[in-house]
Amino acid sequence: MKKLTIPLLATLTVLALTSGAALAGSEDVVVENAWARASIGVSRPGAAYMTIRNTGDEGVTLTGISTPIAMMPEIHETTTNAEGVSSMAPAGEITIAPGEAAELAPGGLHAMLMRLQEPMAKGDSFPLTLSFSDGGDVTVEVPILGIAARGPDG
Amino acid sequence: MRRRTALGYGTAALGAMGLTLFVGWWRVDGPGAPDPEGRLPLPLTEMDFRLTDHEGQPVGPETLVGRPTMVFFGFTFCPDVCPTTLSDISGWLDALGEDAGQMNVVFITVDPDRDTVEAIAEYVGYFHPAIRGWTGAQDQIARAVEGFRASYERVPTDGGDYTMNHTASVFLFDAAGRFITMIDYHEPREFAVPKIRRALEEETEEAT
Repeated sequence: MKKLTIPLLATLTVLALTSGAALAGSEDVVVENAWARASIGVSRPGAAYMTIRNTGDEGVTLTGISTPIAMMPEIHETTTNAEGVSSMAPAGEITIAPGEAAELAPGGLHAMLMRLQEPMAKGDSFPLTLSFSDGGDVTVEVPILGIAARGPDG
Repeated sequence: MRRRTALGYGTAALGAMGLTLFVGWWRVDGPGAPDPEGRLPLPLTEMDFRLTDHEGQPVGPETLVGRPTMVFFGFTFCPDVCPTTLSDISGWLDALGEDAGQMNVVFITVDPDRDTVEAIAEYVGYFHPAIRGWTGAQDQIARAVEGFRASYERVPTDGGDYTMNHTASVFLFDAAGRFITMIDYHEPREFAVPKIRRALEEETEEAT
């Protein structure tokens, strides 16, 4: 037991040190209330939502996302114009000021999961990695709720 | 001669002024006026389109007359707005309780190429049981959208796919098929539910 613990601890320390040294910003990112809707099969794109909070004192820029369950994940933004017409387009890079948060919520920003590799089943979860401009990554486990879910609580 | 020229110029100027005024009237108030923004949907009784519901039954605007109606447009490949609208509506219907059973609630697809009867049947099955899905031929969908004064557009996306821009509001009609009001996309429940009650009450007034 002890033999196993020491190398593990050492590895963790090294990892913590390297990431601390290499990165500035993304280690202060906290992801809260992540959730996704179940999909119908794999032909339709899925969507995931979350709050990405920057607890540091420097701005961070989200440059991309990745997940093993989708070949083409991208942050998209839905907008509704004065005539009530909704449209959706890639949101590009998202910069989060110190102390601020980016809200990915229905009707606004969302992680659009295109080319699903497997159906998103209610009750399952999947890892989603957020990549930041400083080279750092943050991975979160996203729980899959029902298709009719309205928020992280269902 | 000089006088005549002056008179001629005067007449021409007046004529030009008159023409300008006429053109102005024509374009602003006259028959040449653009449709004012927010044109109201036609009464259901004046619409004309043939579609198929998710159970394969032929349907049209006349199917809806006789009960208060809630109609909205969308497509099942829509990952954000449409499931949100469908779950909002499911929540409103839950809030209405038994009254929900007296309403027509219809989701009309703007993407009939992908939304076959089977596809739309599976999709509406995940939401409130009162919600029905309608699909059909492209030209009939276009006529329905025009009747509701809504709009939609196919937009290509990266990788050869496409998405649909579409009106995300929910349209409310009374039992006689008259347009009552609209519920905006993502309108809070405390505003939406009273609007639906208004459509339901119009029916009561009609009946008494």
